Amino acid sequence: MIRHTLVLAGLLWAGTFALGPPYAVAAPAGEQTANDPLNSPRWGDMAKAFFDGQEVVFDPRISVSGPLVAEDSLNVPITVDASALPGVEEMIVFADFNPILKALRFEPGAAQARLGFRLKLQQSSPVRVAARTVDGVWRVGGAWVTATGGGCTLPSVGSGSPEWQERLNEVSGRLWARIDGGERLRMRVIHPMDTGLAAGIPAFHIEDIVISDENGRILSRIQPLEPVSENPSFTIDLAEAASGGRLHVSGRDNNGNRIDAWVTR
Amino acid sequence: MRRPLSFAGLLLALLIALPLAAQQRSSFDYGLVAQEIAPGAYVIVGLREDFSFDNGGNIVNTGFIVGRSGVIVIDTGPSRRYGEQMLAAIRAVTPLPVVLTLNTHHHPDHFLGNQAFPQDTLAALPETIAGIRSEGEGFNDNMYRLNGDWMRDTEVVIPARALSAGRQDIGGRDVEFLALGGHTAADLVVVDHDSGTVYAADLLFNGRAPTTPHADIPRWIAALEQLARLPARLWVPGHGDVSASLAPLHETRDYLEWLAGTMRDAAEAGMDMTEVFALDIPARFAQLALVDTEFRRSVVHLFPAAEQAALSGGRRD
Repeated sequence: MIRHTLVLAGLLWAGTFALGPPYAVAAPAGEQTANDPLNSPRWGDMAKAFFDGQEVVFDPRISVSGPLVAEDSLNVPITVDASALPGVEEMIVFADFNPILKALRFEPGAAQARLGFRLKLQQSSPVRVAARTVDGVWRVGGAWVTATGGGCTLPSVGSGSPEWQERLNEVSGRLWARIDGGERLRMRVIHPMDTGLAAGIPAFHIEDIVISDENGRILSRIQPLEPVSENPSFTIDLAEAASGGRLHVSGRDNNGNRIDAWVTR
Repeated sequence: MRRPLSFAGLLLALLIALPLAAQQRSSFDYGLVAQEIAPGAYVIVGLREDFSFDNGGNIVNTGFIVGRSGVIVIDTGPSRRYGEQMLAAIRAVTPLPVVLTLNTHHHPDHFLGNQAFPQDTLAALPETIAGIRSEGEGFNDNMYRLNGDWMRDTEVVIPARALSAGRQDIGGRDVEFLALGGHTAADLVVVDHDSGTVYAADLLFNGRAPTTPHADIPRWIAALEQLARLPARLWVPGHGDVSASLAPLHETRDYLEWLAGTMRDAAEAGMDMTEVFALDIPARFAQLALVDTEFRRSVVHLFPAAEQAALSGGRRD
């Protein structure tokens, strides 16, 4: 029987709303976006921030799955899925009421247009994914996640422990053969993912993760931003089995520290 | 002609209903009833619900033992009002002084009534005192959000006396303390040898899904094994009804083993956390109150460790 407040979340995020866009509802980017299925007063601003001058539509084939109520607002498990659409070239994830709106960008490439990860949420918010298809249209899906009142676990305070400095960018990962003949990659990277919103702590986050095959061919790419949880974990389904039974994970954080690891079954 | 009539009817209904609802809420009466389950051994049974504005946090079992010369209080409930009303329920039974007030562990529904009791009688295991000190204020803030005005004037009071395990005479009663853990870092079990009653606190749930925010499942299961060997006639769980049989012990253990096994298997199978949320809960747990909600909460608490074990096992870098 436990109910904690998210002390760390409060420190990280409190009082930062002034940094976000204003609450005034701007004109939607297109006629079809006028009726936000999530009924968020922030949709107009989202449309302007991310899709200004581009075509954007709501599409029920795109889903965001996660808990209705976030048990731990610093680690909200989210799976975004646009795999029902053909020709997805790029996906972005954002949360209307987070002080930093955009959480990540994903280029599926040789993977399914589906990604599992964890997100920091300041308060109840729509969590949305937009997928850009080859025709240049952004298609948007989303879900509301309640993130105060139900929060119950202690925030992890990894950046306060000395351990992460020695293990920065260390990858724990594993591959699983999928019954559809593809390969599932799950991995966790050690990183504090500091948002830069807490006084005296600059933004420090992984900004690029590239998944390649053993011949160096780039298969997929994730570009996380500050709202992705500390020690980020990702689940990606590749369309084909990994040649040689292994994948290369490389990348860097915004301070230029490298990520470089092989992941096997 | 129908519209004005139904409008008048609605008005009338509102005129009657609103003051009634307001009256119930504004009295903030938990309606606590102390049941004497064995001579001198009492329990106040809470609802099998989650915290809400309606129940004011009355979701927990508290208890007290009346000895020849004094009263032992076991947990103080979720709020100052609860503590005060619990003390009134004790006073309806006995005029003897409270000589010991225990907090079985550091979760908020078990210690936020501390203000109502004599401060020099407050006692808990050392890790529980440390937990209340570090997390108590955060718990209290969140309880105000969850329970609303029932919490008014509730403040954290940290027990000053550190308790250790052992059997002793307290208030003229033969009482034993067991220092166990697994639900949290420290879980106090009180054995009233005079009546054979075991106050097992949140190591034991009955008909209600166990909660796991600070759980160490292997340690919890070991604690249940130790409890099963006690010469008990009556079991008082932290949540759910009192039982004369070992059934709640078996039920709690069965659920915890299933939970831990499910996390391990899901992680080994490469599942993502959102896929684990969607797993089916076996039919035998369907009668546990709040099992759907608690399972998903437990996934958030327990899956990361299982996942990390599975990922580290496969690492070749």
